[in-house]
Amino acid sequence: MSSVQINHPERAIEWRLPSKRRVGMSALIAGESAIFTIFVVAYVFYLGKSVTGPTPQQVLDIPIVSTICLLSSSLTIWRAEKAIEDERTASFTLWLAATITLAAAFLTGTFVEWKKLIYHDGLTISTNLFGTTFYSLVGLHATHVVVGLFLLTAAFVFSLFGRVDSRQSERFGVVALYWHFVDAVWVVVFTVVYLIGR
Amino acid sequence: MSDYSLPVSTTIEPGVPALELDTFLERLHGWVVTVDHKRLGILYILYSTFFLLIAGAEALLIRLQLADPHNHVLSAQVYNRFFTMHGTTMVFLVGMPFLFGFANYIVPLQIGARDMAFPRLNAFSFWLTAFGGLLLYYSFLGGAGLYGVGNAPDVGWFAYAPLTARSFSPGHATDYWALALIVSGFGTLGTAINIVATIISMRCKGMTLMRLPLFTWLLLVVSMLTLVTITPLTAAQFMLLIDRYLGGHFFDTQAGGSSLIWIHFFWIFGHPEVYVLVLPAFAIANEIIPVFCRKAIFGYPAMVAASVAIMFVSLGVWAHHMFTVGMTSVSNAFFTLSTMLVGVPTGIKIFNWIATLWGGRIRFTTPMLFCIGFLFQFLIAGLTGIMLSVSPWDWQLHNSYFVIAHFHYVLVGAVVFCIFAAIYYWYPKATGRLMGETLGKWHFWLFTIGFHLTFDTMHFLGLLGMPRSIYTYQPDRGWSFLNLVVSIGGLIQGIAVLIFAYNFVVSYWRGNVAGDDPWDAWTLEWSTSSPPPVYNFEELPEVHSRRPLWDLKHPDDPDWEYEL
Amino acid sequence: MHTVPTEYLIRFGDATVCFLRTATLLAQDRIPTTLAPASTPAHQIFDLSIFVVTISGGIFLIVGGLLAVALLKFRARKTDPAGEPAQIYGSTQIELAWTVIPLLIVVILFLTTARIIFAIQDAPKPTTALDVTVIGHQFWWEFQYPKYRIVSANELHIPLSSGLAHDATFLKLTSADVNHSFWVPQLAGKTDLIANHVNSMWVDPQRPGLYLGQCAQFCGTQHALMLLRIYVDTPEQFAAWITHQQQPARQDPAVAAGRRVFETQACMNCHTISGTPATGRFGPDLTHLMSRETLASGTIDNTPANLRQWIKSPDTFKRGALMPAMQLSDKQLDEVTAYLETLK
Repeated sequence: MSSVQINHPERAIEWRLPSKRRVGMSALIAGESAIFTIFVVAYVFYLGKSVTGPTPQQVLDIPIVSTICLLSSSLTIWRAEKAIEDERTASFTLWLAATITLAAAFLTGTFVEWKKLIYHDGLTISTNLFGTTFYSLVGLHATHVVVGLFLLTAAFVFSLFGRVDSRQSERFGVVALYWHFVDAVWVVVFTVVYLIGR
Repeated sequence: MSDYSLPVSTTIEPGVPALELDTFLERLHGWVVTVDHKRLGILYILYSTFFLLIAGAEALLIRLQLADPHNHVLSAQVYNRFFTMHGTTMVFLVGMPFLFGFANYIVPLQIGARDMAFPRLNAFSFWLTAFGGLLLYYSFLGGAGLYGVGNAPDVGWFAYAPLTARSFSPGHATDYWALALIVSGFGTLGTAINIVATIISMRCKGMTLMRLPLFTWLLLVVSMLTLVTITPLTAAQFMLLIDRYLGGHFFDTQAGGSSLIWIHFFWIFGHPEVYVLVLPAFAIANEIIPVFCRKAIFGYPAMVAASVAIMFVSLGVWAHHMFTVGMTSVSNAFFTLSTMLVGVPTGIKIFNWIATLWGGRIRFTTPMLFCIGFLFQFLIAGLTGIMLSVSPWDWQLHNSYFVIAHFHYVLVGAVVFCIFAAIYYWYPKATGRLMGETLGKWHFWLFTIGFHLTFDTMHFLGLLGMPRSIYTYQPDRGWSFLNLVVSIGGLIQGIAVLIFAYNFVVSYWRGNVAGDDPWDAWTLEWSTSSPPPVYNFEELPEVHSRRPLWDLKHPDDPDWEYEL
Repeated sequence: MHTVPTEYLIRFGDATVCFLRTATLLAQDRIPTTLAPASTPAHQIFDLSIFVVTISGGIFLIVGGLLAVALLKFRARKTDPAGEPAQIYGSTQIELAWTVIPLLIVVILFLTTARIIFAIQDAPKPTTALDVTVIGHQFWWEFQYPKYRIVSANELHIPLSSGLAHDATFLKLTSADVNHSFWVPQLAGKTDLIANHVNSMWVDPQRPGLYLGQCAQFCGTQHALMLLRIYVDTPEQFAAWITHQQQPARQDPAVAAGRRVFETQACMNCHTISGTPATGRFGPDLTHLMSRETLASGTIDNTPANLRQWIKSPDTFKRGALMPAMQLSDKQLDEVTAYLETLK
């Protein structure tokens, strides 16, 4: 097509377009942000409006340890990204393992917290508005962490079999982008639920 | 037909004997497992056409019921299911799939790519949407409703809470509504992601963003908008299901919950959604009008800027659907202003189209006729939109037949007219055959007459106090005659659509052979054969302006020397 | 059996008659039209709408006119020279002009509109205004007059107003179940009734008579038959109506049997008849049922035959209404109807 040479200034055009994988993941993140925004708005709107039942102040403890774990996992996954770009596969596997461990720690923290809320404080999704909005929002986030964990574990297993090298760094970068998104959402959820909302 | 020679992009095996045709099952299998954007585009379009006929039939039955006061064609329960299904089907199973189907087919060709960015995601998204539609319609058969067999949702297409709570909507009708739309919503999300990634990352050499054909530009805007439009609805529907099945209280007024929050969330989806539906109509008009008046589009940069402006401003107008819920006067004033403002870039587009026509040489082919109808009707629709944005007047007109008239003026008068135009315009590219012009003109004139009979009259019914969503009305209200006129218009439109369907099917075998470029157009899809080979382009093209084929056909006068 | 053409001929004949009746009804204020306002909010909206239509009409004529001219003047002709017409890519001045002018129109429209929004929504409530509380139900209207301790249903009586604010009627609106909307076009724009949320609106009707309206927010199966009848009474008529409504229910010994049926057949679970043990709130207050012209929120005329049939089987008239058929025997039906007929 257009192999007819028409005299034109831009002969040999540098043609670099953004990576389709990153664009796709960014688009997904945009959509997911909208979903989270709606749940956050519902949470904030209903603060103080529960007619009965336990209030946030009464039952919520600030999950400091879980939060540190999750936010550090952004650091560790960044190190893993750097490692695989430089073809340091052993380093990559270790940092990835660290990320997975921290994510699992976060989920364990959530599990423990929910166990206390349900069995000790009697707060379920159907107890009152706080219960409904809390479990929906935090649960939606936790679901995204679980999905992220699957992706990270898959990458980990591949790397254990020696299948991951710098040619996959872009693909791993997309997973990392998703993971950073999950962490960013947690910053918002944490602020809204445990800081502002109590 | 122009006379120029291009490096061959038609089939490259002239001397090879015809291969044995696959068996019917093998060909069917090919369609089912396809990841080719052209086939998926055609699947989307066939799917939408199927549901267009079904939802159209629902509309005709609705009109038959309303032609007379106290009629007995449909009972109250069945009528309420029909208008709910008509609206839901038209928006989610006709409008969006049609437009994403065209996007699928045309965008890779226009940007000089071989396929979409994520072909398997493309297929997955289609089948999700398809399944969602079938799930929605299965509701007519599935489960046992309170009032009888079948359980189609009957809560209106916007399903206001708390009408959708378990206590007011027992049975599974509402669940079918929520689940079907969640599923097809994920399909829509996948396609939107795909289109954004494709347009940003797979353009051929030289095609900067400001050299994109306007069809593609607008679909980029639409897809970006879709990402933040469909997702609020998905979120709200999850909340609804949590209320219905997990004892949640999102919309439970007894527990302090609010029906208003559903209304806000729904319209935060609902308003941008109508721009998702109408922007592709603009996209189509942007391609067809220049070709049939033989001039470049007037003011390309402004058209791009206006589209992006619409994308942003449309996110801030949703509460004009809520002027009567009791917001403060300041809120009402704010949303009046934002709604009027979104009319400005929209109006600018109309002026640009008229300026494109001005000084041209207009050929009144069927696709162009539909675009001209679009221009007049969209002008009127925009003006009735301004009327509705005046919130005190909206306090009268909201939920009346005036609103129904307005949005059908946009959805039928603009969107459906442009869909018809697009089909007549790109059918030759996809099939290699032209659709019949005579039948096309019959289709156009009958449909236009029926359209105006129905929807012009409806405005008056609204002004005379007739609300929407009613299965019957009292004979002493003075609405009977006008309703009859509206219904007759509906029948005429139905006949026109049948003529179209006949033309659509029969032209595949009997239409005139189209060749690569039957309309003498200027964008890249017309440089391929009709239909294009599965790989689209033998060599990926390199472009230097917005109209690459114009440059090739007019080497002494190429676009890049003039483009602003 | 008529043949199809005959059917349509009859339909066409009916339609013509309808058309003529429409014209007559328009004169009789029976069409709930937005075009014949009888109260200040409706008047202000109507005047604003004329202004908006004028501007829109002007825009339509100019833009539509230009479009029509373009189509006629620039159609392809056989006498056109070969080649393509001059390609014009844009013009900054023209584009600037047609951006600025619409923006100015928006400013004008917005300022005019904002004035009316504040005039209607934020109108101060005078202390002498009448208060009415409207509660929406599936599929009927409850009206309470707190100052007079009256509860009524479906047919609202309000006093004539001078248009000078002090004798306006201020309505508070809420819902007992799903969303509804109170719409009487000749008196005002509509306002929604939402559970757990109180809206307010006001009217000051300046012509006595009957005004029609209906629910304007889809609320379920019989949304279509949740009709409104607003009776604007002269001050004397209104005072008389109030006094009458304040009386407890008539106790006529001749219909004691019917009253017993009412009290023993679960009617009192849903209905109130003041001065009796019946204090149900789920259905309309029946204390002065016979002072209403219609039954089932405007669906049927209030005649003994209709009343009896309604009690026997509400589905006859309004299938999906929440009043169950009470499975009464014919004798019980006769007795209870006779009883209710005394509740003037």
